[in-house]
Amino acid sequence: MTADLGPAELVAGCALLALTAYVLLGGADFGGGIWDLLAAGPRKKQQRALIAEAIGPIWEANHVWLILVVVLLFTGFPAAFARLGITLHIPLSLMLIGIVLRGSAFTFRSHYGPGHGQEGGEGGRTSQHWGRIFAIASAGTPLLLGLCVGALASGALTAPGHAGFTATFVAPWLTPFGVGVGVLTLALFAFLAAVYLTVEAPEPALREDFRRRALGAAVAVFVAAFGTLGLAHLGAPLMGRALTTAPWAPALHAATAVAAVTAIWALWRRRYRLARVAAAGQVALILWGWALAQYPYLIPPDLTIRAAAAPRITLVLVLWALVAGGLVLFPSLIYLLRVFKREPTRS
Amino acid sequence: MPDLLAARSQMAMSLGFHILFAMVGVAMPVLMVVAERRWQRTGDHIYLDLAHRWAKGTAILFAVGAVSGTVLSFELGLLWPAFMEQAGAIIGMPFSLEGFAFFTEAVFLGVYLYGWDRISPRAHLAAGCAVAVSGMLSAVFVVIANAWMNAPTGFRWVDGRPVDIDPIAAMMNPAAFPQVLHMTLAAYAATGLVVAGIHALPLLRQPRNAFHRRALSVALLIGAPAALLQPVSGDLSARFVAHWQPVKLAAMEGHFKTERGAPLRIGGWPDEAAGETRYAIEIPYGLSLLAFEDPTAEVKGLLDFPRQDWPPVAIVHVAFQVMVGLGSYMALVSAAALWLMWRRRELTRHRWLLRALVLAAPMGFICAEAGWIVTEVGRQPWIIHGIMRTAEAVTPMPGLVVPFLVFTGLYAGLGVVVAWLLHQQVLRSPEATEEDAA
Repeated sequence: MTADLGPAELVAGCALLALTAYVLLGGADFGGGIWDLLAAGPRKKQQRALIAEAIGPIWEANHVWLILVVVLLFTGFPAAFARLGITLHIPLSLMLIGIVLRGSAFTFRSHYGPGHGQEGGEGGRTSQHWGRIFAIASAGTPLLLGLCVGALASGALTAPGHAGFTATFVAPWLTPFGVGVGVLTLALFAFLAAVYLTVEAPEPALREDFRRRALGAAVAVFVAAFGTLGLAHLGAPLMGRALTTAPWAPALHAATAVAAVTAIWALWRRRYRLARVAAAGQVALILWGWALAQYPYLIPPDLTIRAAAAPRITLVLVLWALVAGGLVLFPSLIYLLRVFKREPTRS
Repeated sequence: MPDLLAARSQMAMSLGFHILFAMVGVAMPVLMVVAERRWQRTGDHIYLDLAHRWAKGTAILFAVGAVSGTVLSFELGLLWPAFMEQAGAIIGMPFSLEGFAFFTEAVFLGVYLYGWDRISPRAHLAAGCAVAVSGMLSAVFVVIANAWMNAPTGFRWVDGRPVDIDPIAAMMNPAAFPQVLHMTLAAYAATGLVVAGIHALPLLRQPRNAFHRRALSVALLIGAPAALLQPVSGDLSARFVAHWQPVKLAAMEGHFKTERGAPLRIGGWPDEAAGETRYAIEIPYGLSLLAFEDPTAEVKGLLDFPRQDWPPVAIVHVAFQVMVGLGSYMALVSAAALWLMWRRRELTRHRWLLRALVLAAPMGFICAEAGWIVTEVGRQPWIIHGIMRTAEAVTPMPGLVVPFLVFTGLYAGLGVVVAWLLHQQVLRSPEATEEDAA
């Protein structure tokens, strides 16, 4: 398996890393919206304010990871991009509506309306409406993203033939397994957001709010992950088989389990920074497990990374562009996070 | 509505919507940075207030631009999968570079908007400059990709597939330079003049308002030179079209019969069935001179091209007339404003100029829309000029009228909200006289 790693595999690997970054960073921003929707208790307002403050400066940068994934896909693997565009037209379009509404509603709420989203007064009511749209779109978008990933993993996205509208454009993605992956994605994003917010919360009571939410989300992730794995045997047989019988499967499951248990233990013991690292590790491992399970296929059951790949010259140039872009991007991102994600001063 | 028409309409609507926000995203950071720099140099707090307000407006417009740009990157595959399957490997390169430019823009915009009291003034100004530069670069890369569709280079087309792909040669396509120059200047001209017009309006009633006076001076500093240079870059673009896309040139000019010493037609209505353009003002030898620098040069007419290769002539011709007409007005007003500024005259004493600027406010954006109609509709029936027809590229997905209507409704709603929110911002006009500023 490791014998023939060429530029195609490297570009695919970079796309996976970009997707990982999108899930760990952009996913948590969506998760923040989910917690805005579920805000409750005596500190409802403070919860929403903390979420807005955490997302505000960084969500647009985090969002660009998704664009990078799309660009790498259509540059490096145009055949795969074309097939996904055709077969996933409906869920991708719905996801885009979610992306548009989430981003615009959040910006409308944070930059306009008196008191920046505080309640009371006519402007306050308007910004409450934006908050509502932001929160609902934040919950819907991950569900649709997961649905698309589920369809991809299930091996149902074959080259479109003449099988009729439902068989070609609906049936491949609207499956129990697809919905399972959608729910899992939602739970993972909510989990990440809650864990990150425990680190960013400025005061203990608020930190406890998100600690409880993180623990609850961890349970939801556990249930959704095992449910999806169960559905995989019927809905995504290739995936299911690889995840149970492949030689690397036990090691992957062990590593994911260690990360998951560490995250929960750290949350329990209120060691939030450790929990943040463990939670991110857990989510990344789940993502990489999916990628490994369908390797060498980009779109199972028939389109491999090699078969979908652009000519070598394009792949090599893209890799150089990634190196050059990375040299600008990573220092900038580190700077952004250093400016806005400093430890809250304990006072 | 046939699926091909629905797909084209959705793409046109998405591009037409996004371009407005993208242009502001390119140019507005420059205005912000100039205002902030003036505040830092002079200590005049009105400039700081300006930078704050402009940053707020930029934040909302940038966000809508970012999400509508995401929609476009997906729509390339959702609507034109066969195009992307062949073209992705050839023109993915500028899109990848654009990805990084956009990344840098988003990162530093975050720093700029939320970092006023977290970083030093110098670092803050530098972040604004990074936004301005990377915003311009994103536009450059995306326009390079579009230019390739007009002048496809960097491959050989064999049996319906590209071979011998050279992505660098594709980026260096001959349409790239004229199109990039024209679009970049358009962003500065349109944004600069819309801001100038917005602040010229209250100055008609309160000419001593220091806030609007400063805003006007910064806006004109960016917008007026760009608007003045735009006809020159337009001439460059037209000459490119004359050599590479003679059918498009013929459609732009409503030029049906091949002739030497072809006239330049201003206005008029091209009648495709009759093969002539009626009611136009004709300037003798004008077209031959402008397109080929020779008053007797032969300009090929539409009738010499197969009918199935014609773009919709009337749309392209009228859009071109609108762009040139309004663009010329913007250039004239800008020349007048720059002259007065150079002579150190008080702009607010010249009420005719303020009125002319108010009138010019929306024109840059109308020009940009018209210009994109000229280049995109004028390229039809091709998606890759001379290589692949748009009809061959469209997705097999049926019922495309549904997503077209859904996204149109979504964008119409967003447009109304954005307009209303910006209006709220402008209405709250601060009262400040020169004495306050001192």
